Amino acid sequence: MQTKSKVGNRMHSNKNGYLFVLPYALLFIIFILAPVVMAVILSFTNFNAIQFPRFVGFLNYINLLTSDEVFMKYVLPNTVKYALIVGVGGYILSFLLAWGLSNLTKAPRTVFALILYSPSMTTGVAMSVLWKIMFTGDQTGYLNSWLMDIGVINEPVIWLTNVDFLLPIVILIGLWSSMGVGFLSILAGLLNVDESLYEAAAIDGVKNRFQEMIYVTIPSMKPQMLFAAVMQIVGAFQNGTIASLLAGNPTPGYAAQLIVNHIEDYGFIRYEMGYAAAVSVVLLLIVQAFSVLSNRLFGERD
Amino acid sequence: MAAYRGHRMNPDKFDKGQIKIYLLVLPMVLLCGLPIIFIIFHAFKPMEELFAFPPKFITTHPTLDNFRKLMKASRAAGIPMSKYVFNSIFITVVVVAGSLLFSTMAAYSLSKLKFKGRELMMQINQIALMFVAVAVMIPRYLVVNKLGMIDTYWAEILPLIALPVSLFLIKQFVDQVPDSLIEAAYMDGAKEWQIYWKIIVPMIKPAIATAAILVFQQVWTNLETSNYYINDDSLKSLAFYMNTLTSTTTTNTVAGQGVAAAASLIMFLPNLILFCILQKNVMNTMAHSGIK
Repeated sequence: MQTKSKVGNRMHSNKNGYLFVLPYALLFIIFILAPVVMAVILSFTNFNAIQFPRFVGFLNYINLLTSDEVFMKYVLPNTVKYALIVGVGGYILSFLLAWGLSNLTKAPRTVFALILYSPSMTTGVAMSVLWKIMFTGDQTGYLNSWLMDIGVINEPVIWLTNVDFLLPIVILIGLWSSMGVGFLSILAGLLNVDESLYEAAAIDGVKNRFQEMIYVTIPSMKPQMLFAAVMQIVGAFQNGTIASLLAGNPTPGYAAQLIVNHIEDYGFIRYEMGYAAAVSVVLLLIVQAFSVLSNRLFGERD
Repeated sequence: MAAYRGHRMNPDKFDKGQIKIYLLVLPMVLLCGLPIIFIIFHAFKPMEELFAFPPKFITTHPTLDNFRKLMKASRAAGIPMSKYVFNSIFITVVVVAGSLLFSTMAAYSLSKLKFKGRELMMQINQIALMFVAVAVMIPRYLVVNKLGMIDTYWAEILPLIALPVSLFLIKQFVDQVPDSLIEAAYMDGAKEWQIYWKIIVPMIKPAIATAAILVFQQVWTNLETSNYYINDDSLKSLAFYMNTLTSTTTTNTVAGQGVAAAASLIMFLPNLILFCILQKNVMNTMAHSGIK
């Protein structure tokens, strides 16, 4: 017992383990975990950022579900639409593009992957400038000028205050920047699928590339599919803030008000922090629901 | 027709079958690439081309005017642009360095050292991948405020160091390092930190490069910290300053658009360059990125 203690010790209870993990763990707890716990606690209070939070039970949640007309009429439907198209649709798009790229030779694949990934690097500042210029509301705007040129419209559309176009624009931008870390993960997964699986599947009667994708490719890269799904849905919601950068908060007629903008509105404009926290918790639950769903689809069950 | 024989991913050379794939992929590549190329063109447009009607996509007489105006605008505001540049570079370097050091240490520990609570920690970090930053902006502000870090560099550095995605990716990569290697070093009398520094770190360089890109993107373009934690203009970041230039009032004027495009190009280019240099490592790391 005594003689093998050194190695044995290392394998079982190693105090150095705590030392190595400590700096990260501390910062993680203070700046990531504690804020999430606080959000949950604050969501049960009335808090205006000045006075001490007052406990109100489920009042914020009840108000959210029963008397927040903006939430029910605009924010929720917008968010569902956005999440389905940019979250789920963007994910499928990422997969199809990655699959396409994996069937190309290395040089074009690398260049295309870089181009497809680049929008997800243009966060915040760069993104809002770009789209503001594109969607300028008079005839000097690029989209207006171009659409008038080919005769689709006769007079300039004021895109960013137009209630009909605002949500589609935000969705389009969301899709445009969909090919992020998740996309790269899927691409790497596709390139690492064991070649012999395809040969074996062909012998077993797989007839075309589509069947191959469903029966061989996806099942053999489930972990990457799951990671990408989580990244995609989080990224989609994070990018939703572009709506307030483009059109202000609240967006005109609440046309593109998403749940993230609703949080900003209550938290940083109205200073109803308890209520904003309740909306935040709902957002975290929505993301959680999506990830449970992805887990059902791609989780490895023992 | 011959029976279907299964095709090869990652082909070595071009064949006719790939034309279909090109047709499928190219429209999206164009849609993603053109806006970026547009910003580059726009940033170098001289005044008369910015005002051109109908607006032109391509710049025929490139000029640095917009960049010059960008510098001048900051002098007018009282704080020289060099101060913002310094702030951003300082903050970015410290955060990236700190984040890489702490994440690799934690990854080594969570992957190779056995201790109580290790599984739980990994699981919590994995769940944290799902935390949308906007959702916790308010409590995060309260924490920063409580710690007395408002209006200090700390507020722009410490909250950004722990990045769950980068710990996750690095840990997955450390998992690939064979235990036997570590055991051997251990038998030779190597200390834990020696194993970490001399064996683990050199072997996980691709994951470190990938994490560097992700952290860099988080910090370099971060607006949240300057917006909410910093009131003193001289401590704010370049991203914040660029954002004020690109706010509604300036982009509404056509001349302002050129300056704004120049500003966004400055924010975007470092990301792109870093990614280009390190992209090989990224694909290598992503191969192990799956959640099991």
